[in-house]
Amino acid sequence: MDVVFLSRLQFAMATMFHFIFVPLTLGLSMLVAIMETIYVKTGDETYKRMAKFWGKLFLINFALGVVTGITLEFQFGTNWSKYSEYVGDIFGSLLAIEATAAFFLESTFIAVWVFGWDKLSPKMHLLSIWLVAVASNLSAIWILIANAFMQHPVGYVMRNGRAELANFWDVVFHKFAWLEILHTITGAYILAGFFVLGVSSYHLLRSNKVDFFKKSFRIAATFALIFSLVEVVEGHFHGSEIAETQPTKLAAMESLWETGSNVPMHLLVVPDEDNEKNSLEAIPIPGLLSFLAYHNPSATVKGLKDFPKEERPPVALTFYSFRIMVGLAFLFLLLSFLAWKNKANPLQSKGLLKALIWAIPLPYIANEAGWIVAEVGRQPWIVYGLMKTSDAVSPVSSGQVWFSFALLTILYTFLGAVDIYLLAKFARKGPEA
Amino acid sequence: MLETIWFLLWGVLWAIYFVLDGFDLGLGTLLPFLARNEQEKRIIYNAMGPFWDGNEVWLITAGGVTFAAFPKTYAVMFSGLYTALMLLLVALIIRGVSFEFRSKVESPAWKALWDGCMFVGSFLPALLLGVAFANIFKGIPIDENGVFQGNIFTLLNPYGLLGGVLFVLLFLEHGALWLAFRTEGDLQLRSGLVAVKVWPIKVVVAVLFLIFSAVTTKLYANYLVYPVLFIVLALPLAGIFMSRIYMAAHSWLKAWVASAVTIAGTTLFGVIGIYPALLPSSLNPAYSMTITNSSSSPLTLKIMLGVALTFVPIVIAYQFWVYKTFSHTLTAKDLEYEEAY
Repeated sequence: MDVVFLSRLQFAMATMFHFIFVPLTLGLSMLVAIMETIYVKTGDETYKRMAKFWGKLFLINFALGVVTGITLEFQFGTNWSKYSEYVGDIFGSLLAIEATAAFFLESTFIAVWVFGWDKLSPKMHLLSIWLVAVASNLSAIWILIANAFMQHPVGYVMRNGRAELANFWDVVFHKFAWLEILHTITGAYILAGFFVLGVSSYHLLRSNKVDFFKKSFRIAATFALIFSLVEVVEGHFHGSEIAETQPTKLAAMESLWETGSNVPMHLLVVPDEDNEKNSLEAIPIPGLLSFLAYHNPSATVKGLKDFPKEERPPVALTFYSFRIMVGLAFLFLLLSFLAWKNKANPLQSKGLLKALIWAIPLPYIANEAGWIVAEVGRQPWIVYGLMKTSDAVSPVSSGQVWFSFALLTILYTFLGAVDIYLLAKFARKGPEA
Repeated sequence: MLETIWFLLWGVLWAIYFVLDGFDLGLGTLLPFLARNEQEKRIIYNAMGPFWDGNEVWLITAGGVTFAAFPKTYAVMFSGLYTALMLLLVALIIRGVSFEFRSKVESPAWKALWDGCMFVGSFLPALLLGVAFANIFKGIPIDENGVFQGNIFTLLNPYGLLGGVLFVLLFLEHGALWLAFRTEGDLQLRSGLVAVKVWPIKVVVAVLFLIFSAVTTKLYANYLVYPVLFIVLALPLAGIFMSRIYMAAHSWLKAWVASAVTIAGTTLFGVIGIYPALLPSSLNPAYSMTITNSSSSPLTLKIMLGVALTFVPIVIAYQFWVYKTFSHTLTAKDLEYEEAY
């Protein structure tokens, strides 16, 4: 296998593994901060125990998120050195800002929170978890701005054979970046909401610490419903931004082969990439795709055949991942609405509680599927329209990448198993006393 | 000018990283030799507990700043040292999770597993970083296209290995002193004794390293042109002697600060020696990655300087506060604390 393929495989593995832990970090830090705020405001010890219990799960998850993040920063240099040279002027500085302005704060104050229960005043201690929550999210924002540059490069000029920064504020404040940020962070909050809902449901069904888990359930239900709503609305605008900026990705997301106007959306589609068509297209809704993409039912949408073959992303993977993500998003809306409706007395619907336990893995799948759409859908470009992935790779031997890929895969598999074991163990155990 | 400022900042960031993570890497390496029972092990873990995560971010920042200010150096350095860096990453990963995972299951085998990870994950980075930096001081075989002409064994040359041993010793003493400062009684006595015993070996290796540097590297060239720079070499030398004097007086914190000065001084000594290259080529000086041929655009350097001058002092301020708040003497009582490692 060649270095490009191996490096892609390694990077995909490392990012997707990293992103098992990141969304829960982003959302659960917020939820724990909210719980501790209620404790400090009301003095109700239940909320303190809540912050500690969910905080413990947060920490187990956080540890792996941090260590796997370091691997990613290094891999731009080890595996994608041509890319690093080409866009380092912009991309590198965003990563460095993330480290100095956000990651430091997060990593320093998480320890303050862990070790500071008896050493700090309650307000100071509360401040530390808020700093962690804000810094984690800030960290994600900088990383997503960097990713958005790969999706839709702006604010640069080509000079000295590379992309150099022309306008920093254009890079930081362009629409694509903020739609991506909102989309990803909202997805993370949904995940955290369903995590708390699922674990709470498990204990409620066993009548274990009912008051404690009812209160957790209530907070999480509201949280999950708000962000499920936001995600569905925002996802639409994110999609139409992609139609504008990344037409090949949109065509792959919908498996649309022929360019046309007044394009319908088919509810049932089976892409056939080899023959450049769909082997099944059924239940059309007239003009819907045109409308969703451009807010105009008669708008023209470009099909894949309008682009040279070597500039099309893998269609089936992009298409199915997109469908999975969108389908799950609507399921989350439904489930979180039901949870929210029952939040005063969640035990009245045992079926829902059971469903919520089973729903724990679903937002993980949706989040990963979203990243597949974003990253695989951007191929063959590493920076859309600017640099191909195949030109970005390091001049290293495939043997070296084989070695690191095998090593990381074995290590990650082991650590992933340990982490899930520990999360399950402490989630089942419930709060102390 | 901007490039030179960034070069110095780059060196300073590495120096801060080695000073801060140095003591916890050293302590992790000492863990199996110094701790006689579970309680002592836990004291060692908790002596690093509130700090190691924040310390490690200085490495991320040093890496990130290389990427931002000198992207070509970042590209050449990280792809050239590929396998060494991957090993470093694996070590840092298993070390990082050890803190969180170790206390979560009550089983001797489980704890032994993570103690092993802690040891490997501490010793290996100390060694690898030393080997890497010694090789950078010496120059690595990069050709005119910035492609590394060698493999991991190229890096394991005598000078590189000497650098590795020097780093391990510097960190061992640094870690032992930190523990002596944070503990009392028997553990304090023993960790102080480790520092005292490591000290003469460190001196011998440091002297060898300086002699080797004169023979096999061009590290002294800048110093010979501007002899005033030898003041920088005075820093680690003063640090070495002061740390021994404070050890004799059992002033562990002061000895630790002196050891920190030694580590920072050693790093800066090498960094100044290679200026204006960040990554000298051993094949031909013209192939070196320097501050002029590998830097970012002036606009990026300016913006990043603004960011660094704003945030680095803030980071130093709150990390200093954290050190002050959590650097009390550790006792058995601290281990009863629910959140302790």
